[in-house]
Formats: sequence, C-alpha cells, structure tokens
Amino acid sequence: MAEHIIFYTLALVIAVFSVLTVTTTKIIRSATFLLFVLLGVAGMFLLLNYHYLFAVQIAVYAGGVMVLFIFGILLTHRPGEKIAKVPFKRRFSALSVSLVGIAFCASIIFYNINRVYKFVSNSELAMQDIGETLMGTEKFQYLLPFEAISILLLACIVGGIMIGRKRS
Amino acid sequence: MSKIIELFENFFTGVVPLEGYIAVSLIMFFAGIYGFLTRKNLLMLLISVELILNAADLNFAAFNRYLFPERYEGMFFVLFTIAISACEAAVAIAIIINIYRNMTNIDVESIENLEEPKETYREIIKS
Repeated sequence: MAEHIIFYTLALVIAVFSVLTVTTTKIIRSATFLLFVLLGVAGMFLLLNYHYLFAVQIAVYAGGVMVLFIFGILLTHRPGEKIAKVPFKRRFSALSVSLVGIAFCASIIFYNINRVYKFVSNSELAMQDIGETLMGTEKFQYLLPFEAISILLLACIVGGIMIGRKRS
Repeated sequence: MSKIIELFENFFTGVVPLEGYIAVSLIMFFAGIYGFLTRKNLLMLLISVELILNAADLNFAAFNRYLFPERYEGMFFVLFTIAISACEAAVAIAIIINIYRNMTNIDVESIENLEEPKETYREIIKS
C-alpha cells in the first residue's frame, strides 16, 4: 500500500516534470526540471531495491552531470534570455510524432505484457555480490566492460580538455 | 475492456505492476523525443537525450527486477549506461562551449556552415 502511494507520487512527478522540461521557455528552468526527473528516477531505483543504482544515479547524474549542464548554461547564455518561440508547424509535427509513438508503444505494452512476472521484494543485492560480478572474468561477470569504461573515461577527459581549451 | 477494469480493481493490491514502470519510462522517452525534435538550442537537445537515456535505464532496471530477479544483467547495463552518458555529456558540453566561442550562439541553425579548421591537429598538439 505504502509502496503504491510512493510509486504513483514518483510517477506523477516524473511525468509532469519531464513534460515541463521540454516545454518550458527558460533553459535554466528546464535544467532544474531535469534535476527533478533524475531524482524521481533515483527514487524509482530505490523502490525497485537497487540501492547501489540509487547511489550512482544521485552521485553521477544529480551531482556530476547537472553541474556540467548548469556550467554549460551559464557559460553560453546571457542571463534572463528566453528561448526563441518554436514555429507552430514544427511543434505540431513533433507533437504528432510523439503522440503516435506513445499510442503505438502503449498498445503493445497493454496487450502483450501479461502478469507472469515475479517480484522478489525483500532481496536487496549484497554489495559483495556487486563487487564480485563487476570484477570477475567468468560468464556473467563484467571485468571487460569495466575496463572499457575506464579507457572511455580517460579518452573523454583528454578529449574534453583538447576540445574545450583556448586556442593560443 | 475487462482488462482495464481488472487493472483498476488491482490498483492498490499486490506489487506495483510492471506496466506502471514501463508507462512512466514511455512518457519520459517521448517527452525526450518531442524536445529533441522541437528545440533549437544545443544544450536543450542534450537535456532531451538525457531524458531518453534515463527512460532506457528505468526500463532496464524494472525488467531485471520483475522478470529475472536472480540475475544482475539489467543492473550492470544501467551502471555502464550512466557512465557512458556522463562521458557523452562532458564531451558534448566541451564542444558546445567551443561552438559558442566561435559563433557566439548555440542554435542548431547557426552551425550549418561548418568548415575545416586551418590548423591541423599536429600543430595543435605542438603548440
């Protein structure tokens, strides 16, 4: 019961703020609404008993990426500047594309997912299991993607400095 | 029709249905699509992409928890997706700031006449 109330509150928050994110006219406000959406998704992870994902979502998205976004906005905008009005034709075509997409996917979901799934509510993942799965080389263990991500992060740091630095 | 009635009868009983999570991520995904198609600002495009990626993350986690609760695949996909999207955001914002430095605005229309930089990358490294 309590789980249901939390879920529907979070769902309402995510739905409303994700629509507001793409329709508001000020970009800094849009970034703030995105932050609310990210926090709502973190709450969903908590509700699904993925506590580690909750922590990662808060630390990386709400902490790191949002700071990047706000720095980007502040560096590329004069304050108080509004986004130019989108022409009606373009808005209408985008709206129809997304509404048709929602209707199509919702009908597929509604008629094809039957209730055969099981949900083990009281099984939080042990931290040791996560570590061993991340660091092993056997089947269903993820050392290779982990190392690939670390190389990607290094390349990303070098590329970011290379691109963003001032040309002399 | 009977399925809708059944859905409302079981609204507050049992576990939260899997359809609930998928519906939320569906709304997030298509809000992102709408923003990606309408907005002209490059940072807004990036924000829309983040919305789409988060919808995919939520789907991964929900499917993993509901269909295969004894496995970890969905969870690790979400971890790697978060890391990759953080990388992507960092590089994209560096590119956007560089574009702003050269063109003084970051609308998508203003960058349709891109040209090759005069100095080659070898010279950039040397300098």
